[in-house]
Amino acid sequence: MNTDLRYSSTAWGKNLLLFTFHLLMGVYVGLIFYPLFNMVVSSLKTTREIFQNPFGFPPLPQWRNFWIVWVEKGFYRYFGNSLWVTSVSMVFVLLFGSMASYGLSRYSFRLSLGLYLLFLSGIMLPLKAAIIPLFILIKNLGLMDRHLSIILIFIAMGLPSTVFILSGFMKTVPKELEYAARIDGCNDLSIYGRIVMPISAPAIALVTIYNAVPIWNDFFFPLVFIQSDRLKTLPVGLSSFFGQYSTNWSLLFSGLSIAILPMLILYLCMSNYFIRGMTAGAIK
Amino acid sequence: MLLSKELRKGFWITFFVLPGLVIVAVFILLPLFLSLFNSLFSWNQLIRGEWVGLENFRRVFFTSPYRERFFNALRNNGKWFLVTMLVQNTLGLLFGYLLSRRIPGHGFFRRTFFIPVLFSIVAVGFLWGLYLKPNGLLNAFLKLVGMESWTRAWLGEESIATFSIIGVNIWRWVGFPTLVFLAAINAIPLDCLEAAYLDGARETQVFGRIVLPLIVPALTVITVLTLIGSLNVFEQIYTMTGLDGSPNYSTDTIGTLFYRTAFGSVDSGNPEIGIGSAIGVVIYLLTFFASAGFIALSRGREVEL
Repeated sequence: MNTDLRYSSTAWGKNLLLFTFHLLMGVYVGLIFYPLFNMVVSSLKTTREIFQNPFGFPPLPQWRNFWIVWVEKGFYRYFGNSLWVTSVSMVFVLLFGSMASYGLSRYSFRLSLGLYLLFLSGIMLPLKAAIIPLFILIKNLGLMDRHLSIILIFIAMGLPSTVFILSGFMKTVPKELEYAARIDGCNDLSIYGRIVMPISAPAIALVTIYNAVPIWNDFFFPLVFIQSDRLKTLPVGLSSFFGQYSTNWSLLFSGLSIAILPMLILYLCMSNYFIRGMTAGAIK
Repeated sequence: MLLSKELRKGFWITFFVLPGLVIVAVFILLPLFLSLFNSLFSWNQLIRGEWVGLENFRRVFFTSPYRERFFNALRNNGKWFLVTMLVQNTLGLLFGYLLSRRIPGHGFFRRTFFIPVLFSIVAVGFLWGLYLKPNGLLNAFLKLVGMESWTRAWLGEESIATFSIIGVNIWRWVGFPTLVFLAAINAIPLDCLEAAYLDGARETQVFGRIVLPLIVPALTVITVLTLIGSLNVFEQIYTMTGLDGSPNYSTDTIGTLFYRTAFGSVDSGNPEIGIGSAIGVVIYLLTFFASAGFIALSRGREVEL
């Protein structure tokens, strides 16, 4: 909607209302930025300075804090683990998800609707509530305290929404392309890999964000399945770090900054992509 | 030849669907089914005992101390849902509408509101946990602007701790409904609105009679997501007031209660798999029926153009 019709209005009450709304939104912007700003500034102060002068700048920025948290407290490892777990999970979410979507949307067969619904049943129901059988299952598979445990769970969690979004998209790819490729001698696998997948690239981009952000941020499953400090992902590492250094606010803020800033920077670089990806499941 | 063609089709379907299906079946459907199964047995640690029927559910609903804990937690989840609907989603609707009207700076606002949505709940929870401490930033700010009488232990007083945590969650999440509503409003054909303006409809009429009925699907999606989110609150409590929902269980939710019964914590002692499974099943049923209810309710109110 790009009509500005109503804003040329000179009615006094209306302008006042508009001003109020603008002010409200401005205040909200401040409410978003200031806590983040303060977090970064606080991470450069000593704990004493944080308490004595919560709004001021540090006279002597403690850049060393970042070094301490990143290297000595092992955040580089948490970060690497998160990167590894998220990447591996996403590769398989996209591979298996797109394959299943292709199978369900490009062939007509009797079970297809039933299988589709089976995949979708994972969307609405929270897997967290099934943590007990999942715990026993992972234990029996011998996967406790191994990255594979959470990777498998993340793949499973990502598949339903991936199938939902991708199969909807793949249905719109014209059949004629497929026939043409078949005449040129393509088999089903190369139709999937060379025709349908490249055409689905925009939808795959959305699905990537839609799943990668929650997987990167997930706390619950690594909390349950990962105990060794060297295997912890960023959110769980951050949590145990908070348990250990609860009085050293200076380091706590540095840890938070390290956990939050990379995501913020990534977002600022490609915000539209993130916005479309994250809302992909809720917007038709 | 015909048979082999059918066979080949069957092979390809299996090839494409099977890997995903196996993973979903083993790690989502099986645990789902098993938690229902487990809730019907008595348990000794991780060893399954005898069949007890609905006994675990009876204990959750009718016997101390489970009953008090359960309904206390459920009440808090109810607060989460109501306050989030009332504050966050109303704010989201207002922001979304204003952004759709292209008020000055709308691109900037749109981008900014979405920032905290990307952050992990854990990081946001810990960050605000520090700010809301008695010696934290919020109280320091209140002192700075001369509202010293307003300072308090935001996470330490039973009457306000839950609302403080909900407030933090709203801070993180308000951009989401905002952008979903914005997209829904932007999808309304322009001629609809122009016709209304030409007929001399006032802003409130345009909003109430045209925009609102046309974005019912978005309202439903947001309501259902809020509901699912409210029933699954866990990280927020874990990071800000702890697994026990302190002070005095006032911030306890089904999620934290479930975790404590499933894995045991300092005060509740050993894990109780039977009771835990029963609570898990209750979470499933609540999520399923409440979502289905809202979807059915909104079906009747959707307007097709």
